[in-house]
Amino acid sequence: MRRNVTRFNIAAIGLGLAFLYLPIVILVIYSFNASRLVTVWAGWSTRWYAELLQDEAMLDAAWTSLRVALLSATVATVLGTLAALSLVRMGRFPGRLLFSAMIYAPLILPEVITGLSLLLLFVAVAIDRGFWTIVIAHTTLTMGFVTVIVQARLLGFDRSIEEAAMDLGAPPVKTFFAITLPIIAPAVAAGWMLAFTLSLDDLVIASFTTGPGATTLPIRIYSEVRLGVKPEINAICTLMIAIVAVAVVAASLLSKLREAKTAMPVPGAA
Amino acid sequence: MSESRRSWRERLVVLVPYAWLVAFFLVPFLIVLKISLSQTALAQPPYLPVFDLAAGLRGLQDFFAALSPDNYRLLVSDSLYLGSYLRSLTIAALSTLILLLAGFPIAYALARMPRRWQSVLVVLVILPFWTSFLIRVYAWMAILQREGLLNQALIAVSIIDEPLAWLASDTAIYIGIVYSYLPFMVLPIYATLEKLDESLLEAAADLGCAPWRVFWLVTLPLALPGVAAGALLCFIPITGEFVIPDLLGGSEQLMIGQVLWTEFFSNRDWPVASAVAVVLLCVLIVPVLIYQQMQLRDLQASR
Repeated sequence: MRRNVTRFNIAAIGLGLAFLYLPIVILVIYSFNASRLVTVWAGWSTRWYAELLQDEAMLDAAWTSLRVALLSATVATVLGTLAALSLVRMGRFPGRLLFSAMIYAPLILPEVITGLSLLLLFVAVAIDRGFWTIVIAHTTLTMGFVTVIVQARLLGFDRSIEEAAMDLGAPPVKTFFAITLPIIAPAVAAGWMLAFTLSLDDLVIASFTTGPGATTLPIRIYSEVRLGVKPEINAICTLMIAIVAVAVVAASLLSKLREAKTAMPVPGAA
Repeated sequence: MSESRRSWRERLVVLVPYAWLVAFFLVPFLIVLKISLSQTALAQPPYLPVFDLAAGLRGLQDFFAALSPDNYRLLVSDSLYLGSYLRSLTIAALSTLILLLAGFPIAYALARMPRRWQSVLVVLVILPFWTSFLIRVYAWMAILQREGLLNQALIAVSIIDEPLAWLASDTAIYIGIVYSYLPFMVLPIYATLEKLDESLLEAAADLGCAPWRVFWLVTLPLALPGVAAGALLCFIPITGEFVIPDLLGGSEQLMIGQVLWTEFFSNRDWPVASAVAVVLLCVLIVPVLIYQQMQLRDLQASR
């Protein structure tokens, strides 16, 4: 497209970003409000962060969420990468259509449906609900996202390097670990990160599949939020936003650095 | 890789994720389907009939005989459910339209920015998507409440004299939905516009086409695949949305996701909740099929 910076373009992006960021900025600012009333500004204070550190239930929930997210993202990344390999490299196999339908469906399916169906499965086979059922549910939910990201990378790279390795006698498994995996690594890492944040984020599916003793952070926040706006909630939200923002910015800087190292500068290219 | 002779390792690449999805995605659906044909019972699990393997073939017969479409009859006859489905579809359709009107100019402007800025701006659009959904909805609760910042601001510039009740209204639901789903609309449209062949636009302009006609006749038709993808990505999850209407909306009229939630958690009527889910799924398959047909047509047209 022709690149010109018109007033219309600046206005569209400016308004769009303002709409996206203003509510978050307000939430962050009010987490430092000295007043308990979320609508009255009473000067800067960090007292809600101090109170957060006293809130055992909230800290427990955060710890549970973190463990669920780490585990489910890791399993989802392995399964999602295998699924991407199946779709891109395996050609036709029996039941391929069903396979791809099952991978893509959880991406857009309303969470209430996925949550309900998984819960009914756990009840039907009489598994005690709790930590592990949430891990299974989140793995199922997020592996499709990993597949989509890894699939794009697999489709985009030159297969002749792999073929060269195989021609030189490397067995398929060795070729995968020595050649393919390093090439798709950025996509695998991005997939893991997305799976991790989606798991950390999820309220609906976790509510359905949880059991006694396994309260995740969103479940905990939700039960507080239903009763109204509270400055402690602003504080925990601000912390979560800060962690995600730092991680995403660091990841995109890292990938920039990688690109700059591998790409040869082409004179004249913008 | 030959079709017939694959090593067991290669088979495993397909089989492991396949088995996982069958066990935790396909089978659960069959169970939902089955329970939607069952009755509520004061038992553990709270539905009847329960599949009894020990009774053998006889048990199987009894099991199928006990299934009934009563729950579906209830869904059709009770205007509460019908109303909720219609309300969800209306809200989803209208907010997808609003998202399109708001998202297209942003995607268009992004695609026309100098390359150097583009990657930074795209990260800025994606970034809110990484922060928790719940947090983003919560942020609006504080703004929209009676003593919230929106009312304070509107009174300060004297657009209104009295604080308005934004929260617990449909307006709040629309604001929450548009806010949460905007990146899902912007990114697919941006992806198609970014790949758009510049020479086509130049050719049209050289042949004397006015800028707005270039947009209408060339840019917009070529952006349609992105528009369709964005609309699908928004419409389907919005229809089944629970968190946004629950936190921002009122309690007189429920969206279907809330109905399912209430049937399950409050009324503990698992069979009706399952029937609600099955019908919702059938409704949502329609736009997916339309989208697939569109893609198929494009594929054939490009050949």
